[in-house]
Amino acid sequence: MAEANMKINIAGIEWKNPVTVASGTFGSGMEFSQFFDLSKLGAITTKGVAITPWEGNPTPRMAETRGGMLNAIGLQNPGLDTFIERDVDFLKAYDTVKIVNVCGHSEEEYVEAVERLATVDDVDMLEINISCPNVKEGGIAFGTQPEAARKITEAVKKVAKQPVIMKLSPNVTSIADMARACEAGGADALSLINTITGMKIDVNRRTFAIANKTGGMSGPAVKPVAVRMVYEVAHATSLPIIGMGGIASAYDALEFIMAGATAVSVGTANFNDPFTTLKVIDGIRQFMEEKGIKDLAEIRGCVG
Amino acid sequence: MAYRETATVISKDKIAGDVYDIWFETEKIAQEAVPGQFVLVYSKDKARLLPRPISVCLTEGNKLRLVFRAVGEGTKEFSEFETGDKVEIQGPVGHGYDLSNKKKALIFGGGIGIPPMLNLAKELDCEKQIVLGYRDELFLNEEFEKYGQVYIATEDGSCGTKGNVLNAVDELGLDADVLYACGPMPMLRAIKNYAIAHDKEAYISLEEKMACGMGACLSCVCKSKEVDGHSKVKNKRVCTEGPVFDAREVEI
Repeated sequence: MAEANMKINIAGIEWKNPVTVASGTFGSGMEFSQFFDLSKLGAITTKGVAITPWEGNPTPRMAETRGGMLNAIGLQNPGLDTFIERDVDFLKAYDTVKIVNVCGHSEEEYVEAVERLATVDDVDMLEINISCPNVKEGGIAFGTQPEAARKITEAVKKVAKQPVIMKLSPNVTSIADMARACEAGGADALSLINTITGMKIDVNRRTFAIANKTGGMSGPAVKPVAVRMVYEVAHATSLPIIGMGGIASAYDALEFIMAGATAVSVGTANFNDPFTTLKVIDGIRQFMEEKGIKDLAEIRGCVG
Repeated sequence: MAYRETATVISKDKIAGDVYDIWFETEKIAQEAVPGQFVLVYSKDKARLLPRPISVCLTEGNKLRLVFRAVGEGTKEFSEFETGDKVEIQGPVGHGYDLSNKKKALIFGGGIGIPPMLNLAKELDCEKQIVLGYRDELFLNEEFEKYGQVYIATEDGSCGTKGNVLNAVDELGLDADVLYACGPMPMLRAIKNYAIAHDKEAYISLEEKMACGMGACLSCVCKSKEVDGHSKVKNKRVCTEGPVFDAREVEI
């Protein structure tokens, strides 16, 4: 039986395995740490943080859909001061790659947050959220126009100390154009997909199921869309990709890897079972051992 | 501390129109649950990803009792559980009622907010009056009689006071130092206002649409009067800082 090497490397940062969590589904790991040792993860990706605290959207913020869910949390976060003091400090105890997801209302806010994080040890990578569909200013405004995405990538890269992952929105005409724009701006890696804009109507109340009217759809129902987009981006750029969208099992994760992803994120499935990430890691290892795969590079993008 | 367990259905009864009463055998959840806490029950249909938060009605050793109304597809599935079925449950979750109070208490339950108050009525060690509000059909009311004087209000007037639980308080001249309540939002608002007007302590149990049920996703927030220590904004997580709140600390 082959010794499975699950290690991967993204922009010079080594992960012990290719599995992280999707930003916003895992907080900063505190709540999940009661169930398992966070050091087992390849990386932890924290919920989006901005320079100042954000209140987020009114409730209801969430609605279940068949095979998925809609959310419009609106990037509620405690602000960078508290985040660094409390959340980054909490994560120090864990031997895993720490990825901090950054959001902002304007280019200046993104740059200020990234500048601030440049001085913080124990933050290994940054993920720049230019794709939240639930926040009008900032977020998605940068994530749907290639030129805006290139500019913000450049601005962030100028001040960033850590490698920069740009998180892409699926709510665009051409995800390949967005990926190329981020690559042109100097991105070190890409993550996709963020949620797909959707809507649910509560027919008994004759109104929207969530207060924001629209929300971001996630969960197993979005997986084929996500796999297709990862495949397209893998062919459009040479950047490493963190693939996500509906991953709930090792076989789901392997689809993303075979489509061209270097790493994968488990998101909504964490809500169904807090142990999903561990099951995905074990399942990938088992698949590699059974099929005699020594390194994930052997199957990355293998579909051609 | 919450646990993920595969619980076993011990018994199931239908106790009113759409109201079901299920006892589960758990490993640790029942032993650790305190009044006001809830558990997350997961659907066997994986197209329904999210757990249903259901309040703990009673515990006895390792046995957990949930009483819920079958209103949507998830709770309808639960209403069809049979004895011996294995069910994924996580919990106990949330911040329950403070049981240290020894002052005279008024316990209010409205509709499907009644079940968790049975556990509170059982565990709270003080003089208790219990006011239960129903639309029409009664359930659990006889079990409350073991723990205090029970008063009933029904919307249709078929039993007790015609109207809501505060109509019963007025009609019967009930009074106490501390109020505890779980029920629909209009009832909780009225009780908050009553507590402020009469200078009473009041603890209310809120609900909100939840995804993770463990404090990570920030779906189930409520507005707080002051900036919350965890969120750093005027939002508190119903699943973690709640579901039981001092009525004065939340904007409802």
